[in-house]
Amino acid sequence: MRCFIGIDLGSTTTKAVVMDENLQVMGRGITNSRSNYDTAAKVSKQEALIDTRLTLFRRGLGSVPEVTGKIDDILFDLERNFRHVQFLEQLEDLEQTCITNIKGPRFAGREKAVIEALEATFKRLRDHSASQFAPGVKRKSDFFRDLAGSDFMHLGEAVCKEMGLGFDLILNVYDKSIIEVENRPPSGDMEGKFIRALEKGSMANNLILKPVQDALAIPLEETYVVGTGYGRVRLPFPKEHIRSEILCHGLGAHMMYPDTRTVLDIGGQDTKGIQVDPVGIVENFQMNDRCAAGCGRYLGYIADEMNMGLHELGPLAMKSNKQVRINSTCTVFAGAELRDRLALGEKREDILAGLHRAIILRAMSILSRAGGVKDQFTFTGGVAKNEAAVRELRKLIKENYGDVTINIDPDSIYTGALGGATFAVRAVVN
Amino acid sequence: MSAEAVKEASMEMQKKMIAKNYDAITSKHETGRKVASTFVPGNLNELLMCFDIVNNLPEINAIQAGMRKASGGYIMEAEKTGHSEDVCTYVKCDIGQMSKGNIAPNGKPYPNPDVLMLSYTGCYTFMKWFELLREQYKCPTLMLHVPYEGDGHSTKNMRDYLVKQLKEVVIPGLEQVSGVKFDIDRLRQYLRNSAKAEDDLVWCLEQGKKKPSPIDAYFGGVYYIGPIFTAFRGTEDAVGYYEMLRKEVQGRIENHQGPLTPEGTYFNDQKYRLVVEGPPNWTNFREFWKMFYDEGAVVVASSYTKVGGLYDQGFRHDPDNPLESLADYCLGCYTNLNLPTRVDLLAKYVEEYEADGLLINSIKSCNSFSAGQLMIMKEVERRTGKPGAFIETDLVDPRYFSAANVKNRLESYFQMIEQKRRGGGSKTVAA
Repeated sequence: MRCFIGIDLGSTTTKAVVMDENLQVMGRGITNSRSNYDTAAKVSKQEALIDTRLTLFRRGLGSVPEVTGKIDDILFDLERNFRHVQFLEQLEDLEQTCITNIKGPRFAGREKAVIEALEATFKRLRDHSASQFAPGVKRKSDFFRDLAGSDFMHLGEAVCKEMGLGFDLILNVYDKSIIEVENRPPSGDMEGKFIRALEKGSMANNLILKPVQDALAIPLEETYVVGTGYGRVRLPFPKEHIRSEILCHGLGAHMMYPDTRTVLDIGGQDTKGIQVDPVGIVENFQMNDRCAAGCGRYLGYIADEMNMGLHELGPLAMKSNKQVRINSTCTVFAGAELRDRLALGEKREDILAGLHRAIILRAMSILSRAGGVKDQFTFTGGVAKNEAAVRELRKLIKENYGDVTINIDPDSIYTGALGGATFAVRAVVN
Repeated sequence: MSAEAVKEASMEMQKKMIAKNYDAITSKHETGRKVASTFVPGNLNELLMCFDIVNNLPEINAIQAGMRKASGGYIMEAEKTGHSEDVCTYVKCDIGQMSKGNIAPNGKPYPNPDVLMLSYTGCYTFMKWFELLREQYKCPTLMLHVPYEGDGHSTKNMRDYLVKQLKEVVIPGLEQVSGVKFDIDRLRQYLRNSAKAEDDLVWCLEQGKKKPSPIDAYFGGVYYIGPIFTAFRGTEDAVGYYEMLRKEVQGRIENHQGPLTPEGTYFNDQKYRLVVEGPPNWTNFREFWKMFYDEGAVVVASSYTKVGGLYDQGFRHDPDNPLESLADYCLGCYTNLNLPTRVDLLAKYVEEYEADGLLINSIKSCNSFSAGQLMIMKEVERRTGKPGAFIETDLVDPRYFSAANVKNRLESYFQMIEQKRRGGGSKTVAA
């Protein structure tokens, strides 16, 4: 199968979308950008290809009448087992890497004890992973670092305590090793892992084995890859494979909502107002200049200031019924205003509601500089997932531009990659 | 980027001319010549020459400092003395340079000027700037007040008003400073030289209409306008410079070559033709230029090359009407034009030079000219049907040049032009 891939290297996350030649989205993948764009691009691409396999399985299983109505469960199970196989493989890599990193004067004479502690810790991690990947368990994150990290902390600490060894010793090798493992391009053999996942699963019966194996036999040929986002210059691609993220976001929004004329994207470090024509080509755009105040990172900073998780900000702000006016969109000043308001006895939710409004006001100014809002209007980027930001945006759009259809796709984080994949198809097919 | 820039013979010649002028400025105590500080738009170089006065241009000194990476330190120095972050960075560079010993590019200290020749042509900062210099140097200031072309054209009254000021204030003032008696025939001779050089400059600038363009009317353009906008208009040197420049451009046309890049290659593969409004950034000049030619973008016309006179619109210095033509020159500088006239000019350039669109480089610290630029862009887009784009940098404050941001916008703009050219997308996308 010919695969057309778009990769969007953002400042926070890297996203990939795989399309077939009929512009059908086959798979999506996401990973944290780390500080290593090469690996992030490889990981996100592999994730999107894994997702593509799942789509192919779905198609294959569609022709098996006996599994009608059960396909979602089968695929869920298959993916769960696949992730477990993948997790165990990375865990193995992490253990080996930790052991080779035991060097330096602080370990002198204690190497054996440290190795034993690591082996015991990793054994517990492996044992515990079965419950993390058990049916019906919702994992906190899909990123290896998050999953392995939190387990390592409490399981490792317990092991060290039992052995009478300082936890800081194994924590030290862990810290060194996790970065190495995370930055290592993932090993291939996706097909082998799916086979092992099939064997692990309870559904491995003759009914699904054949269609899944047939789907696995379809070669995924990387026909054309387009890169976009701030890390795009780091991609080992020829120049014509690189597209500006403004064009990719414009086209991606058009692919999701063909009647889109105005796009607002609020990402980690920039806010873009884009006007597109009826075929998704950018007509005009404006971005924040010189300063990333009012972007996603602003919320991240505020979350840290308030000692909250980023995803908790929106829901708390939604509880507000009295908005506190925050005049500053400078991230640092906003932090100062926030503490000042708290000291004055304002409620956290009311202050947060004011902060969300401040972000959206800034976005409104960029939109008006880009030529205003036309029907239909599509909001994308990480901040589009924040319900309080969306509420303010709807309010302000209505006040300033009247009744406009506002589109927000739950998968809008993939907009840039979707546009990139579309460009890839156009480069070859047309 | 660290490699020495490759230069054409005309650039080398200009470099020598500039060095000679700096030597004339810094050796005033030995030679006994007087020095005037003045501005580029509306500068009266021919008139100063009539009094053997050497022309020193603080704006050019700031550009020199910017290109030599010295402006950042000067600006911080000026901020220490109380000049806010929003003040024009040419001013702060100049003020900061003074408190750092006021050293010229030739390594010798700038002497104090003997007169501040303030021809006010639309930028109100000029007045404030010279107010500061007057305080510092305690020397006479001669102000030529040029009425703003608010209605889009000048009137006989305006011209008469300028001629009267020249006769009653400027010329007697310069006579007093220099001790030289004014000789109008000497002025006529200089103006004859000016007109000759101006003819050749206009010819060169108009070659931007050719495809490929043998010139870059922005990054190359700042070199082309150098002599005529500064201390050389009216000199034999300038006449010679423009003859040489014309020959170089002619040579490139014959060889179907584009302009020479600092890397020493001819920029022939021109994919995008742009009209640019606003001055370039000087602190990262080569890096900025590279962002254009790397992507295949050539600038075919610009407004910055008109800040010291709109010669391409027909104006010439006129030996038969010397003072009147100095008046007309000051009135018609780009800085003295109102917004509708700027829109008309830019839209005309987009059409006449068959450009793909208008790019605005808006200057962070320039309140006079950045105001209204977004409106200019939208209006030019509307009239020409060609897409515009907007980037923001600064003149000589290195803190305001964000390379990743500028590059991102430029690449997006070029790709947008490319997409539009293909008629926008493909059939398969039809919704």
